[in-house]
Amino acid sequence: MSKIDPILRVEDVAKRFVMHLRGGLTIPVVERVAFEVFAGECVVLGGPSGAGKSSLLKMVWGNYGVDRGRIAVATDREVVDVAAAEPRDILALRRSTMGYVSQFLRVVPRVATLDVVMEPALAQGLDRDTAQAKAEALLDRLNVPERLWSLPPATFSGGEQQRVNIARGLIADVRLLLLDEPTASLDAANRAAVVELIEAKKAAGTALLGIFHDTDVRERVATRIVDVTGFAAGRAAA
Amino acid sequence: MTAPLLEARGLTKWYGDRLGCRDVSFDIREGEVLAIVGESGSGKSTLLSLLSGQLAPSAGTVAYRMRDGSIRDLVSLSEAERRFLFRTDWGFVHQDAAKGLRMGVSAGGNVGERLMAVGARHYGDIRAKAEDWLERVEIDIARIDEKPTAYSGGMRQRLQIARNLVTAPRLVFMDEPTGGLDVSVQARLLDLLKRLVADMGLAVIVVTHDLAVARLLSDRIMVMRRGRVIEAGLTDRVLDDPREAYTQLLVSSILQP
Repeated sequence: MSKIDPILRVEDVAKRFVMHLRGGLTIPVVERVAFEVFAGECVVLGGPSGAGKSSLLKMVWGNYGVDRGRIAVATDREVVDVAAAEPRDILALRRSTMGYVSQFLRVVPRVATLDVVMEPALAQGLDRDTAQAKAEALLDRLNVPERLWSLPPATFSGGEQQRVNIARGLIADVRLLLLDEPTASLDAANRAAVVELIEAKKAAGTALLGIFHDTDVRERVATRIVDVTGFAAGRAAA
Repeated sequence: MTAPLLEARGLTKWYGDRLGCRDVSFDIREGEVLAIVGESGSGKSTLLSLLSGQLAPSAGTVAYRMRDGSIRDLVSLSEAERRFLFRTDWGFVHQDAAKGLRMGVSAGGNVGERLMAVGARHYGDIRAKAEDWLERVEIDIARIDEKPTAYSGGMRQRLQIARNLVTAPRLVFMDEPTGGLDVSVQARLLDLLKRLVADMGLAVIVVTHDLAVARLLSDRIMVMRRGRVIEAGLTDRVLDDPREAYTQLLVSSILQP
């Protein structure tokens, strides 16, 4: 694979929701979506809320299905089309190649914060000691107090949960990182910490695709902005 | 790549002219958790009985990769071979723990019995292994000599899991494993199951009508209705972006806390 091939290539993707319980009401989301993300850059999805930015991230993650098109993700061995891949292959891709920081942490009862953060690194085969050291460094960097590390995050504040979520999303070394408003509920100091962590990922050659509503953060991390309004469904072809 | 651990092809069951399930195909490998969801009467339990060889299909096959690597159709197994699989390579966790346990035998005996069935004879070893497993399922070993009748519902269910896993099976069937338990007890059991499944690399086929259980435990979901699989896929995809009308109805019927 040549060095200039993208890590993510989205081609002619379209998505709509069909609400069968509302008489088959069809809600168009996006169509003719096409863009690429290369190693070492952070592509930011722009456009007003409701334009389909989060939905697009979820499609790349395999969490939402797509109605047409290709979502090609390059692993270190092959190219996997998320739009057509078997569940088993998407799971393997999520372990080996993709990371995703969602807006909200889905907490599992009774699992300690440190274990929540370490899980993606362990799934990649990292040994426990190294994974734990990485998790501790990240939690420390994101100002999650050490006394909370052994507790499940269920009772934490929104900001604390989000920082646990970010640490979990950043711990594994992946080629493609998806970020859905990672700085939404953070104060200035923690926003700055996240910006630095994102810069470090870029420098390490990770391809990032994200949504950032905070203008200041967006301007600091974005290599390019892809305006999602250009993919609004139902627009006449230009 | 090695063959799947279990592979169902075109599984169909008629009870006279009433349909149990129709044309079900899928495969499962070690380390994967498959949830079969649907309302009662959708064919989930029929399918589970077919997959575990307890019921003969009207059509279709269930191929199983034995420990020696050979592939066998479950229908062609003798009763003795099938019972041997159940004692060694398979687990079956029932909703009602009383069905999966011997209620008149001590907790330690319930776990030890499975070991003796696979040839363990040394009392000290059996006792030590039973103690180890009670600890793994978070049962106080001071209660090892009590009968399950003295246990709470959650403890019985954890004991049933220990009894099933002590022989290191490769495939575990679960039928509504958290049904009938209090919510806090359910959470503990699910967390425990999730950890054991990951640690042991088990293949699990879990039947449940509870979508929250399916989300927490499984990688993949098959949605059944009137005996057919109407939607299947990655668990989070099926639950967050359900395509079929019936799946949308199931997902929208969950009460959000």
